[in-house]
Amino acid sequence: MCTVCGCSEGEVSIENGHSHGHSHDHSHDHAHGHHHHDHGHHHHGDHSHAHSHAHAHSHDDQHDHSGIESDGDNIHFGKGPAHAHVAGLSQSRMVQIEQDILGKNNQYAAQNRVRFEQQSMFVLNLVSSPGSGKTTLLTETINQIKDQYTVGVIEGDQQTANDADRIRETGVQAIQINTGKGCHLDAHMVGHALENFSGLTGGVLFIENVGNLVCPASFDLGEAAKVSILSVTEGEDKPLKYPDMFHASELMILNKTDLLPYLDFDVERCIEYAKRVNPDIQIIQLSAKSGEGMQQWIDWINTKRAAIIESRINMLQQQIEQFKAIL
Amino acid sequence: MHEMSIAEGILQVLEEQAVTQQFEKVKAVWVEIGPLATIEADALTFCFDAVIRGSLAEGASLHIIKLAGKAFCLQCLDTVPVTQRYDSCPVCGSYQLQVTQGEEMRIKELEVA
Repeated sequence: MCTVCGCSEGEVSIENGHSHGHSHDHSHDHAHGHHHHDHGHHHHGDHSHAHSHAHAHSHDDQHDHSGIESDGDNIHFGKGPAHAHVAGLSQSRMVQIEQDILGKNNQYAAQNRVRFEQQSMFVLNLVSSPGSGKTTLLTETINQIKDQYTVGVIEGDQQTANDADRIRETGVQAIQINTGKGCHLDAHMVGHALENFSGLTGGVLFIENVGNLVCPASFDLGEAAKVSILSVTEGEDKPLKYPDMFHASELMILNKTDLLPYLDFDVERCIEYAKRVNPDIQIIQLSAKSGEGMQQWIDWINTKRAAIIESRINMLQQQIEQFKAIL
Repeated sequence: MHEMSIAEGILQVLEEQAVTQQFEKVKAVWVEIGPLATIEADALTFCFDAVIRGSLAEGASLHIIKLAGKAFCLQCLDTVPVTQRYDSCPVCGSYQLQVTQGEEMRIKELEVA
């Protein structure tokens, strides 16, 4: 955070046009503005009024009328936010910005993605409800692939380092992010966690998101793909109940299939529901506990990881050719 | 409840814009939200009112412009209205829909002083 004006963007290097001289003015005038606010609030309490007011503002020729209100025979020139009328000077103005609210997160995600690409890392964002068996699936998966390439894990939970501890028992590096009150990981948190990893080049990074089928759907972390994990002890209509998550996922893992004989879970219907919200979704049925179907999942990871490294090789080869040409 | 993060995101944009566009106070914010943007308008208004306290936007009103959801049906080869992620085509019933509008979550304009 910028210590001069309290602007939270002080730590972000991509910000431009932020000078300390301006910040001084900003904080000074800001305090002054609070005084205005107390009087101006009532004026803005009426939504529909504020809206039509704004439309008038968007036309430059009407700016002079802002802050002028008629009450019978009395015309007030001081009801605007500035409490004063200066001919030719408007008391407020409209600023068109057309900016994506998640733009900041998407910028961080893009930075993460560049980093992943440069290091040819295959990164998966694992999302599910709590208790779907994500961590057990991860430990089993890691045990099967850790001898072939490096593996790292970012664990997201509101509290405790229990999950990271379980991952560390497999011998791979795990970083726990506790979100506190937060319901999802964002790209900025992941960027910070990345600083703690070393030697992940060409490897696989699993980001185990906070157990939540709602919020993580909206936050790009820079991953290659989102993978939703749904266990058969949950309802088969979860893809319909939480459509955004299944829509955002490239792969759905149907976990705990060893329990199917004891449940009324309709696998076909579940798959149909998932395809409804995302016609392109791939589905793997497995049991992390019995090992059934695990090979298909491991193959999926291996194929995807190989494709990323191959595309990196192709890109580097093209660069080599370009450099040879200008030698 | 990621509306709190969204509200903080809005405030962050306001603080950035205050520097680049030279204003000191935000009085009103207009945001466009699509039906598929995973944002609950009431929750966002509640969170917005909470995060703007003590900021340059203290007391500002939030106006949510709700956009219509639209999708291209691969069966009908036409644009059809949708309101939810799992909607089928209202014409042919197919689920082969590609959403073309409705995922927006955008700050459109500000009234500033």
